[in-house]
Amino acid sequence: MAEANYPDDLRYHDQHDWVRLDGDDAALFGITWFAQDTLGEVVFFEPPEVGTTVTKDQPYAEVESVKAVSDVIAPMSGEVTEVNDALSDSPEQINEDPYGEGWMIKVKLASPEEHESLLTAAEYQKLLDR
Amino acid sequence: MNVAALRRTPLYEQHEELGAKLVPFAGWEMPVLYEGIKEEHSAVRTHAGMFDVSHMGEVEVEGPGALAFLQLVLSNDVSRIGVGGAQYSCLCNESGGVIDDLFAYRLGTDRFLIVTNASNHETDLQWLGRWSRDHDVAVRDAADRYAMLAVQGPHARAIVAETLKIELPERFHVLAQHVGRRPALICGTGYTGEDGVEILLDPEVAIPIFKELRLAGVVPCGLGARDTLRLEVCYPLHGHELTPERSPIEADLGWCCKEATGFLGSPAISRARAEGTAERLVAFEIEGAGIPRDGNPVLGDEGVHVGVVTSGTFAPSLEKGAGMAYVRSDLAEPGTEVEIDVRGKHRPARIASKPLYPLTTDKITTNKTRS
Repeated sequence: MAEANYPDDLRYHDQHDWVRLDGDDAALFGITWFAQDTLGEVVFFEPPEVGTTVTKDQPYAEVESVKAVSDVIAPMSGEVTEVNDALSDSPEQINEDPYGEGWMIKVKLASPEEHESLLTAAEYQKLLDR
Repeated sequence: MNVAALRRTPLYEQHEELGAKLVPFAGWEMPVLYEGIKEEHSAVRTHAGMFDVSHMGEVEVEGPGALAFLQLVLSNDVSRIGVGGAQYSCLCNESGGVIDDLFAYRLGTDRFLIVTNASNHETDLQWLGRWSRDHDVAVRDAADRYAMLAVQGPHARAIVAETLKIELPERFHVLAQHVGRRPALICGTGYTGEDGVEILLDPEVAIPIFKELRLAGVVPCGLGARDTLRLEVCYPLHGHELTPERSPIEADLGWCCKEATGFLGSPAISRARAEGTAERLVAFEIEGAGIPRDGNPVLGDEGVHVGVVTSGTFAPSLEKGAGMAYVRSDLAEPGTEVEIDVRGKHRPARIASKPLYPLTTDKITTNKTRS
């Protein structure tokens, strides 16, 4: 996706991750348009194992472009219930469709109230503009 | 170093106009990519790409003592290049370590041009100045006189010849021509494993020539692709594979060291050649997932530390993680299985024959069979 884009129905973490709630206590995580653009063409993503615990503000995976490696930070805490295995074969989906096919993991949330502390699309874009 | 102190090449504004991602490199603000490293890499492997390498340094060596002086400071046998010839060499210290690696171009009987790595240019100048005192030779910094454009790829030579309407030198030769109506040197060399030329041209015409070549279909490429291209064909990079602490022998550059000439460092290099070295530079490929990076430890049986990665990347033409590393000499044979510790994850890897990607051209190491 060539143009910067931050959907309003998502919440954002200041380390450039997004959250899409799925019911009351589950959510999908991924990285933002800004993150994938900064990184460049993603050539490698290895998801964590299903059952792993992820902790808010802590890295849970790494995403790599040809020249750079970057930690992916968990925007909320919980347990991994599903991973996007398709990214192993086509990590470029993270660039092409960061909020859709480029989703990284699905998590059963430990503390759904953490969602309140995340940034709205407008707040996140303000952060990027600073 | 702060950004304000970074130097800019004559093509800087062109890079900005094309939306290049600019990064600090060896004290210069250089394009690391324009559209994407993979695309640019592929353009050079399949068509033609061009790199602004104006940050590289030039040193002119001229005088009746030029040949004798270069025989002293360069590792190769400089007497073997005729006028119009080019030769790869190491500049070694007295311990046989590599201060820099470079190409020497013979422009006349007593006149040579050396092209240095940007990060070593000042060091090289000082070293050359110091050893030139006992020779009837002038050593001049010519870096500001040239912009440098490397045009590389299977179609590079044809496009350059047709677009600039010039004659091109053979591989490992240099030819004086006019580019943009100004004197220029066309060199049959490169750092990608593909055919092509490197053009040393007047900085004032760098932008129009760049634009002309771009219109002719040559793809602007950044230092990112330059690095993945050279790594796939296992060309060493100073500061990574080559350092003042390691000899050319352990870097597998024994072929460009002719100890019989008595160059500086030759006794130590002779010894290293005869006795062997504790470590050797190897190429490796990751088996499966993972991308190795510079500085990753290489592990042998039972996780014993046996070496270190000097350059690691995702290799676009191989579509896997690959790199070069110094490993214990007994593990340097192609086929040997090791592990690379990539940030705590042990990735299986295999020592591979060099180059990792087949060269489509003559290459610097074929000098081995020539001399």
